[in-house]
Amino acid sequence: MKCFLLITLLGFTASACAVSTNDYPLQKVADGIYYHQGVHENANAENIGAIANVGFIIGEKCVAIIDSGGSYREGELLRQSLRDITELPVCYVINTHVHPDHILGNAAFADENPIYVGHEKLPAAMASREQHYARNFSESLGDAYTGSQFIPAEMLVSPEQPLTLDLGGRELVLKAYSTAHTDHDLTVLDKQTQTLWTGDLLFRERIPAIDGSINGWIDTLEQLQAKSYQVIIPGHGPAAIDEAADWDKLLDYLTTIREQIRTVINDLGTLDEATATVGLSERQKWELFDEYHRRNVTAAFVELEWE
Amino acid sequence: MLGRMITILSISLGLMLAIHPAHSATPEKPMWPIIKEIYFEGKEIRNNADDLIALDAPKRAEDAAIVPITIKLLQPQTADKYVKNLHLIIDNNPEPYSANFHLTPEISNVEIGTRVRIDQYTDMRVIAEMNDGTMHMVSKFVKASGGCSAPAGKDAEAALARLGKMQIRMREPTLGEPVQAQVIVSHPNYSGLQYDQKNRKYINAHYVEKIDIEYNDTTLFTVDTGISISEDPSLRFTFTPAENGVLKARVTDSQKQEFSAAKQI
Repeated sequence: MKCFLLITLLGFTASACAVSTNDYPLQKVADGIYYHQGVHENANAENIGAIANVGFIIGEKCVAIIDSGGSYREGELLRQSLRDITELPVCYVINTHVHPDHILGNAAFADENPIYVGHEKLPAAMASREQHYARNFSESLGDAYTGSQFIPAEMLVSPEQPLTLDLGGRELVLKAYSTAHTDHDLTVLDKQTQTLWTGDLLFRERIPAIDGSINGWIDTLEQLQAKSYQVIIPGHGPAAIDEAADWDKLLDYLTTIREQIRTVINDLGTLDEATATVGLSERQKWELFDEYHRRNVTAAFVELEWE
Repeated sequence: MLGRMITILSISLGLMLAIHPAHSATPEKPMWPIIKEIYFEGKEIRNNADDLIALDAPKRAEDAAIVPITIKLLQPQTADKYVKNLHLIIDNNPEPYSANFHLTPEISNVEIGTRVRIDQYTDMRVIAEMNDGTMHMVSKFVKASGGCSAPAGKDAEAALARLGKMQIRMREPTLGEPVQAQVIVSHPNYSGLQYDQKNRKYINAHYVEKIDIEYNDTTLFTVDTGISISEDPSLRFTFTPAENGVLKARVTDSQKQEFSAAKQI
């Protein structure tokens, strides 16, 4: 609304406004593909949980939202930004995985009656985590959280069978993965522009968070790295347009800590010894290292204990 | 025993939730007075028993599903005076009564570590019940994990696939010297809060209920456990093998399945 007022008073063009709406700027990475880049912070009331990359792809008939925002408020901003660009209806809201920074804006699109789409294990993950997230994020996000709902995907994608969605003259290929960043990761490929939306299978700048399987994630990254795309939009950090997407950097981090954790385990060391010593050489390479690194070592340790 | 307690407590918690909005981040009313009423009715509990118990837990839970804690007794266990039960309580978890370690003087210097789930900001407490019936408590405040982790775990399917696998891990011991050992059992430790998409229903709670640790057929200690214990329950403890023998761990879960592992020393 604020945006419209500015247009009227100052005579800005609608599209210029849309691409840099006040404090919620979108970036256009290819024809009809826009995203908002999240900040490298923990979710809080000031940043309204807008810490992940979220956005949309516009076809001739309708629009697919890809991750809806880290709060209801962010979902609303994303929708306003979309409406500044096109009046086409939202036919799909695709969630790349269950993490709150990617799904808490789902309800902001509900009255357009989109089909919610995700990995076949997404609804189970959502049901298991909903209560915990609701409690923690309603507190940390404050007013921005109000209105958030956990809307589970109804159209599901299995790892055996990619799903193609048609937005009108534009096909998206949704691929589900076996356990990697989470046990229900999904990527979206726009065939026309060869733009890959990775969800949190790729982190740039911000330290990755392991919430699935370190071994599975490394395997998945090795597969993804072998392919080439025009544009890559990671879950966090800037899009890579005609440039290398740093798959290597993420792989290095994961393989480095895996190797060091295995050494601790083989030496019959403890989880505490591992969190105190593993991966410290990686500190300078990542934003928010101190917030998530020990967690990653913990998660990887309890997985690698069973090798 | 723990199962029955869980039922009683769940009823009380249900009543609490009816009064308080389920979404408030921290219960408005402290849980401890209610928990104390249920499990330690009429008992006197000495607070701040730092002379007897050291509870090591992180200030902030890094991962809501795996929070390592260590409980250490600062006075040796003797035949005359020993801690017979160590009760572990996590006030704001769905089931606060988390474990009861049954001890004897068999291990004189007690140090036990495990991994727990932390749902939200909470007090965590350890209550030592002595052989003379007196009770002594220490507590610690633990902040919830800030990120995307959740107590339910990461890949329950993987844990279920290796259900019942066990490991006893320890460095080569020297007879007569204390040695640290770890027992882990692979188990999803379903809390009853996990959802089964295929069958569209919540999965019944299915968790490790009891772990017995024996050396040469003498019980070192036994633990009653519940759903606050992390997936793939882990126990780390110190004991002193006086002679060669067999360290054995026996696990029973809530469906009465039994698993065991043994290690020759």
